[in-house]
Amino acid sequence: MLSNHEREEILEETRLYPYPGAACIDALKIVQHHRGWISDEAIEDIAAELELSAAEVDSVATFYTRIYRKPVGRNVILVCDSPTCMIMGSESVYQYISDKLSIRFGETSADDRFTLLPITCLGDCDHAPALMINDDLHNNLTLGHIDEILEKYR
Amino acid sequence: METPLTQHIQPGRGPLSLKEFENAGGFKGLHKALREMKPADVIFTVKGSNLMGRGGAGFPTGVKWGLVPQEAAGSGMKYLIANADEMEPGTFKDRYLLEGNPHQLIAGMIIAAYAIQAQKAYIFIRWAYKKAEAILRKAIAEAYEAGYLGENILGTGFNLDLYVHSSAGRYICGEESALINSLEGKRGIPRAKPPFPATSGLFGQPSVVNNVETLSWISHIIENGPQWFLDLSATGEGGTKLYGVSGRVKNPGLWELPMGTTVREIIEGYAGGMQDGYKLRGIIPGGASTDFLVESHLDIPMDYASVRSAGSRLGTGTMIILDDKTCPVKFVHNLIKFFADESCGWCTPCREGLPWAQKILESFEQGTAQPEDIGILEHLTRYMGPGNTFCAHAPGAMEPLQSGLKYFRDDFDRHINEKRCPWR
Repeated sequence: MLSNHEREEILEETRLYPYPGAACIDALKIVQHHRGWISDEAIEDIAAELELSAAEVDSVATFYTRIYRKPVGRNVILVCDSPTCMIMGSESVYQYISDKLSIRFGETSADDRFTLLPITCLGDCDHAPALMINDDLHNNLTLGHIDEILEKYR
Repeated sequence: METPLTQHIQPGRGPLSLKEFENAGGFKGLHKALREMKPADVIFTVKGSNLMGRGGAGFPTGVKWGLVPQEAAGSGMKYLIANADEMEPGTFKDRYLLEGNPHQLIAGMIIAAYAIQAQKAYIFIRWAYKKAEAILRKAIAEAYEAGYLGENILGTGFNLDLYVHSSAGRYICGEESALINSLEGKRGIPRAKPPFPATSGLFGQPSVVNNVETLSWISHIIENGPQWFLDLSATGEGGTKLYGVSGRVKNPGLWELPMGTTVREIIEGYAGGMQDGYKLRGIIPGGASTDFLVESHLDIPMDYASVRSAGSRLGTGTMIILDDKTCPVKFVHNLIKFFADESCGWCTPCREGLPWAQKILESFEQGTAQPEDIGILEHLTRYMGPGNTFCAHAPGAMEPLQSGLKYFRDDFDRHINEKRCPWR
């Protein structure tokens, strides 16, 4: 069942559109914000709220890369793998983080602290290489200060 | 040199508040349009300026607006959408405008909505642009409070609501009909055209989708006129352009320069040339979906016609530099992997063809490619070329592949002959 908070926030978004179903992506993001990921139950909850079928909501949820249909860690690291970042050293950034946390792309650390994922160009190419952790952009990365960045996320 | 789009953007300082923007004369074009001009006059002026879409496709903005049925607001809903879903690899220009001058975009959107008589407008912004989103939401609230949005704007009887929609990922949502589907809460899959969005777009209603940089121009063009805009450019296509350079140059960055500034001036003059120890091998002129240029193209002007005649496209105008210490095959593989990952899966050539091309490119890197693989890749560039797919995604992907095979053929061959990547 949707919490009151979730329902209120979804209702707020449905006001921007002519019918409730149009807020499907917004609703998925709201529920994910509260629960960390989108479970089958969350799909059913959103479908009921927006007068959609669960299959419709799931088809939308599985299309978008920033909707997680599997649990993720408390923090999500998104390493930009676009050409400029690749030229500027994103592969060694990935390798460093991967070795340090003992996880590869698509995996979550054993303590649930981090999930590591690739991400398409973050639009910060003049400060490459770049990555995002949760909502924060980190750029001009050097291997020397990655530890310090990761420390901020518990 | 005039830099209308970026004149109020200063690094290290936040964007102008509404009051500051107003005091700097930022709303002059808006007052003029809503108070002194009919919607058709606004469209006529923008057509006269020859402003071409800055998102990459370069379609004339005034012509796009002119395709919208001209019935006044109230006879049925019409929509204006700002495409702020910047996700083209190597492109970082709209972020700069969104974070640096949100009121310039909002003023342009109000005029554009007035021109097509739209009653609702959306800014479709990439989820990753958190700072830009926060800045926009604050600016929109200011605009409502000052009476620039909402009902009876400036006492003219024109109404407009402006909303922000933050996306959930997927490059294809930058394609305007996929963006519209996504804004309707659906999978971001392109639509068949016709009908074009101008007649049947968002929620089946007439709609216009314009890029952020395009919309940021509108109030300037209305205030100063089409001739002023045309005179800004170096080669007659009109305006300035936000040009960017990234890769192994001394000073990567973004500059507002006259449209038609040469590739050389941008790379050597503004980006400071190549870093010591690196040589230039190729240039992706305007995002991942544009053909390579090479050293012999350095003196061409970066405008739509000149880059097209050099066999590529201006695209977003933000270049990625391929240097001599990066394997060109690996670079192309990176691009094709991106396009394969981001294929929406709707049409077969793109869904199946792009992963096929990617696997072949991977085999080059692993040293297992066979001589006939070159021919297969060349075949795929035609198979996924313009006209064979549902939208421009796969044809765009084929641009760096076909030109990569042309300009870096020796490098592809070396991978086959030496059975390894010579850069490793």
